[in-house]
Amino acid sequence: MTVHVAWDESLARELIDERTGLEGAMLPILHALQERFGYVDSRAVAIVAQALNVSRAEVFGTISFYHDFKRQPPMGGTIKLCRAEACQARGAEDLVEHLEHEHGVEIDGGYQNGVKVETAYCLGNCALGPNALHDGEIYGKLDPQSLDELFALVARKAGARQ
Amino acid sequence: MSLIQEIDYGTPIRVSEAKVTLTIDGEKVTVPAGTSVMAASMSRGVKIPKLCASDNMEAFGSCRMCLVEIEGRRGTPASCTTPAEDGMVVRTQSERLAKLRRGVMELYISDHPLDCLTCSANGNCELQDTAGEVGLREVRYGYQGENHLQDEKDLSNPYFAYDPAKCIVCSRCVRACEEVQGTFALTVEGRGFDSRIRPGPTDFINSECVSCGACVQACPTATLIEKGVVDHGQPEHSLVTTCAYCGVGCSFKAEMRGEQLVRMVPYKGGQANEGHSCVKGRFAYGYATHKDRMTKPMIREKITDSWREVSWDEAIAHAASELKRIQTKYGRESIGGISSSRCTNEEVYVLQKLVRAVFHNNNIDTCARVCHSPTGYGLSVTLGTSAGTQDFKSVDATDVVLLIGANPTDAHPVFASRLKKRLRAGAKLIIADPRAIELVRTPHIQAAHHLQLRPGTNVALINSLAHVIVTEGLVHEDYVRARCDIEAFESWARFIALDTNSPEHMEQYTGVPAAEVRAAARLYAGVKNASIYYGLGVTEHSQGSTTVMALANLAMATGNIGHDGAGVNPLRGQNNVQGSCDMGSFPHEFTGYRHVARGDVRESFEKHWGVTLDEEPGLRIPNMFDEALSGSFKGLIVHGEDIAQSDPDTNHVSAALRAMECVIVQDLFLNETAKFAHIFLPGASFLEKDGTFTNAERRINRVRKVMAPLGGKDEWQAICDLSKALGYEMNYTHPSEIMDEIAALTPTFAGVSYKKLDELGSVQWPCNDAAPEGTPLMHVTRFVNGSGKFMLTEYVPTSERSGPRFPLILTTGRILSQYNVGAQTRRTENGFWHKEDVLEIHPFDAEQRGILDGDLVSLVSRAGDTALRARISERMQPGVVYTTFHYPGSGANVVTTDNSDWATNCPEYKVTAVEVRRSNSLSSWQERNAEEDVTLRKILEATPDAAE
Repeated sequence: MTVHVAWDESLARELIDERTGLEGAMLPILHALQERFGYVDSRAVAIVAQALNVSRAEVFGTISFYHDFKRQPPMGGTIKLCRAEACQARGAEDLVEHLEHEHGVEIDGGYQNGVKVETAYCLGNCALGPNALHDGEIYGKLDPQSLDELFALVARKAGARQ
Repeated sequence: MSLIQEIDYGTPIRVSEAKVTLTIDGEKVTVPAGTSVMAASMSRGVKIPKLCASDNMEAFGSCRMCLVEIEGRRGTPASCTTPAEDGMVVRTQSERLAKLRRGVMELYISDHPLDCLTCSANGNCELQDTAGEVGLREVRYGYQGENHLQDEKDLSNPYFAYDPAKCIVCSRCVRACEEVQGTFALTVEGRGFDSRIRPGPTDFINSECVSCGACVQACPTATLIEKGVVDHGQPEHSLVTTCAYCGVGCSFKAEMRGEQLVRMVPYKGGQANEGHSCVKGRFAYGYATHKDRMTKPMIREKITDSWREVSWDEAIAHAASELKRIQTKYGRESIGGISSSRCTNEEVYVLQKLVRAVFHNNNIDTCARVCHSPTGYGLSVTLGTSAGTQDFKSVDATDVVLLIGANPTDAHPVFASRLKKRLRAGAKLIIADPRAIELVRTPHIQAAHHLQLRPGTNVALINSLAHVIVTEGLVHEDYVRARCDIEAFESWARFIALDTNSPEHMEQYTGVPAAEVRAAARLYAGVKNASIYYGLGVTEHSQGSTTVMALANLAMATGNIGHDGAGVNPLRGQNNVQGSCDMGSFPHEFTGYRHVARGDVRESFEKHWGVTLDEEPGLRIPNMFDEALSGSFKGLIVHGEDIAQSDPDTNHVSAALRAMECVIVQDLFLNETAKFAHIFLPGASFLEKDGTFTNAERRINRVRKVMAPLGGKDEWQAICDLSKALGYEMNYTHPSEIMDEIAALTPTFAGVSYKKLDELGSVQWPCNDAAPEGTPLMHVTRFVNGSGKFMLTEYVPTSERSGPRFPLILTTGRILSQYNVGAQTRRTENGFWHKEDVLEIHPFDAEQRGILDGDLVSLVSRAGDTALRARISERMQPGVVYTTFHYPGSGANVVTTDNSDWATNCPEYKVTAVEVRRSNSLSSWQERNAEEDVTLRKILEATPDAAE
């Protein structure tokens, strides 16, 4: 399980400096920051901009373009549920409804019991849909029951972290 | 007179020998290869509907309005991103295209407020025009869907408003900020429907935005719009004129409603700026109608008396009688004049004529004395002409730029944008500056070398660069042999090869590591097109002229004069520094830099003017002050220059002014100098003038009157009136006649006339029979003086050195939002960005003295002391502090000394030994000055008979 640490400027600088030499370093840097802190802190914008010699606006624009980059610290766990065509064909939309009715979860809304469910478009596991992603792991062939289990797992982890 | 409309070709104009011919809507069109179908169509006068395209930025292809049909191609390609090809057959209108365009337009309008009648862009809105062009009649989606109509406005910038509700996210603003200005302050936040233009993670005023206005100009809707237009409405007529700030000399359309200036829009046809602008020229014109403008002539007996408003006739008569009285009592040479680089060529010309022909002496000097006089001297002795060698466009072809003692992003922003564009395309930059200026490292720009020398060691540094070039065999021998004085070269080469000029030896003075100097020299000498750009960091030193010569040596030795992309280029501080020098306002030179001792030249003026002229050079500005203090110089006319604030050693200047019996000031404002004046004549702003300015590239640009002088009289007319009152008639009915006289008497201006300027837009002197359309590049086949002359440039350290009493070196400069003494910019909203002058100090020096950021500190030199707030900055090197001189109360020039350039007396503003201490009070000078601000500026209540 990924453990996030609180914002720490010198740690952030370290993560950034390690990657400035990469070609197209902006995305690897943002990913590294998010992986360590769970989100990309607004204070990182100026540091990344300075390190890569680009404008703050460019860094901000890049972060905002990708939904995957979070601008606030996570308040629980995230499930990314695939709603692309293949998973839709295999019942993903039923799962969306299930989540709403059974767990009161609004997709792409806020946290419910420490769990947030986000839309994803294709996790590359179409043959075994519907799929979801949590903490880097794919959960395939989901049905309401296995989704409930996954939901409970994420909620438990979130609770434990509190 | 109507509103000037410029053609927008939609995509950049391509220049190519190769041409392609295509057919558009049945008509054959031939265009340079690389031209887009969109621009090809516009070149025949037919616009293809467009929203995201503009010819000052590369095609983007996002708005989907400019779709066309091309025979033999599938689909409907965007005409902006499709290059024209030979034999192509294009249709710009068809049923299918109309339907597609209307469909896209419907989507735009479904998320756009329908408030055209009350919208500030009404009458000048590309979205509205395009909706009309595509025949939009309904929006089938309705207006009730999700939209952005409630998005909040950002009014934080003082000059323009951002209303995202009106935004169609065409990204023109973002691209203008990147491609034209080079600041990258704007971005698109989010994606898809959520996309919004944002100045980064903040509002406009706190963003990286430098308020150049390029985004506002690019916006096809009212999303980004000048507050002037919001407040006043759309302009109804316009005239092209020239900006009155720096020496870049940008052309602007002054867009008017009656006599109300609505906005200044950079003019694409302006050859210096090609449609770009900076915050000063674009927005900071409010001073021109500021309540502080003085509009009535005034006189007083003593400077402690109150000013009394009088009629022009009375003021002129009084001035004439005072000047006559002084000359009778103290002699012919007891009076003189100072002309201004802020004024037009024609005004400067008549003022120097007044001094030479009517005062009968040569006591005329100009404020260029204190900025670029070493340029005039240094380039004249080496290259044969007192001016830069290139046009600005030349930078587009340069491979390496050596930038020394100049800070273009602050002081010459439009040139900086051009330079940055070239640097982003791969050219390399060498910066020599004591301070880490913005160009050392700024988004997408990184200088190859920053030679962070100690102030006052320019010659040591340039000599060591030249040493590397000579000793490492990097001299362009063929060029030197063919074009330069070979004896002078050999003598110079022997001198420069001495070990004492090596980077290793000079390091002790410059503080720049020898290896870095060697690498920079190899870079400069190793390309075909290397250019030098420099500013006052070169000239304002005790060895200012030597440094200019050293730079010319460097360029000649490497064969870098006479072709595109190369050259030695002074960046002129003021709009008309070049012109004021050209116009004969130095005490030893007539127009066109011809010495007053030259009999043939004097004769031509004597004949034309009908007077006998003095063959002895007159007094330079510093000599005027000295003579005033010794009691022999008693009367001075100061035209549009604030010597009491801008000249060094303020105490000395004000003492000299106090010692005079008649000081006549002509200015927009009751400035610092006017505190010591006896006669005040109201000046006219550049908006109230017809005339010409000559910019840093020798370009003569027209200045056009868009409103009547608030003071009721043209400045040139006031000088002519004074001349007449002194018994000498100058009969001009229009400034064009003054230019005709200049042309008749000045070989380099022989071909200049207002008619030609109106036809060509501008010309670069020399303009004569040999070059009827002017001279963009100088010294193309040979140097103007016949053969380039290398000069020996021995490094002599300045006597102004740090020591136990004054351990730090103060250097001065200016910033983007303010201009020189600030008389103009302080009277605009620009004060928002720079409310006071501060002292920049390195953290090390600050810590040693217990100084915290924001502390009041006293700044003391052998000349005087002042107090201002400290700003701790790593832009400085330890041992060097920096300040600006935009506010009179900060007294930067109370501290600067009377040291000056050995050849031209240009003051050594850039090096003053100082000490900095924490302080809890203002200096005694500041206290006295604040008191005199009141006591020496009193004006009597207007009496009825004084009114005109």
